[in-house]
Amino acid sequence: MAGTAVPGRLGERLRWRVATLVDQRAETESAHTLVLKVPGWPGHLAGQHVDVRLTAEDGYSTQRSYSIASAPDSELVELTVQRVPDGEVSPYLVDQLAAGDQVELRGPVGGWFVWRPEQSEPVLLVAGGSGIVPLMAMIRVRRAVSGRSPFRLIYSVRAPEDRIYLPELRRGDPGLDTAYLYTRRVPEGWPRLPVRLGTQDLASNGWPAEFEPTVYVCGPTGFVELAADMLVDLGHDAGRIRTERFGPSGG
Amino acid sequence: MSATPTVEDGYVDGNALAGPLAEIFAVDVTSVVGCCSGCRTSGPLARLRVYGPAPGLVARCPECDQVMLRLVQAETDAWLDLRGTLSLRIPRSQA
Repeated sequence: MAGTAVPGRLGERLRWRVATLVDQRAETESAHTLVLKVPGWPGHLAGQHVDVRLTAEDGYSTQRSYSIASAPDSELVELTVQRVPDGEVSPYLVDQLAAGDQVELRGPVGGWFVWRPEQSEPVLLVAGGSGIVPLMAMIRVRRAVSGRSPFRLIYSVRAPEDRIYLPELRRGDPGLDTAYLYTRRVPEGWPRLPVRLGTQDLASNGWPAEFEPTVYVCGPTGFVELAADMLVDLGHDAGRIRTERFGPSGG
Repeated sequence: MSATPTVEDGYVDGNALAGPLAEIFAVDVTSVVGCCSGCRTSGPLARLRVYGPAPGLVARCPECDQVMLRLVQAETDAWLDLRGTLSLRIPRSQA
């Protein structure tokens, strides 16, 4: 697949590039996907992120990190941004940015929270809320390379309408099993009450520790720590649990 | 990666160091293995707890909370303080 390899940046410092919004779609009421065209984009790995910088006319500048949602596709990069009500950046990106507008973008960065197509072991993805974004990139890259390694996804959301990428997840992929968990409100006819992620969910919808899966957990800090602790309790080697937390850089 | 900060969300993890340190290092730092000079625990920098961003990024050992790395980006220079880090083990080739 052309563009999957990330060329070594030896000798070349990471620099800001100008990205142009070419398309935008709503995934949920508060999460939108931005399709950006980035001339000279070197390709990326699933799980990597970018820094986005906005500069006001008076020179005030601020930046945020966002996970890449898409598989590598030439100069196009997709970010899914969740609107944070009192945020400084995300309401602008979700509600104001229009086709043709430009932002500065730096990346891809990060080499630890990534899934590479040559990994053949089973994979468990555990998403809390918009933590699904980098995990979706892994699902999409696996699809793009017709990957055979078995994937399981446990996706925890507050309510049914908060599920990002629902149509795509419903279409499904061979070898990908998806389980949903609702923490505030369940869909009609759902057999369980709202619950937080528990050890039993990770045991029954994940992989046995003996299968030695690589586990990727992404979500709010509390969610990630809870999931990682429970995975260790279930016998998973801490070295195979990769975590990414959101945090106060958001907004 | 964006969320409202809460009390328990007072920090992010070392993945947040990737962008700022990519201005300085030629390799990805999140998979670099750092050894804490306080408790001698080794692990990828992605696991550190990172506080910031102003006036700089402070990365603490997830085991003993010692400050392992500080980064302040001023107008013309970046200051990187690694006195809490005993060593960095850097993969020489990243496939």
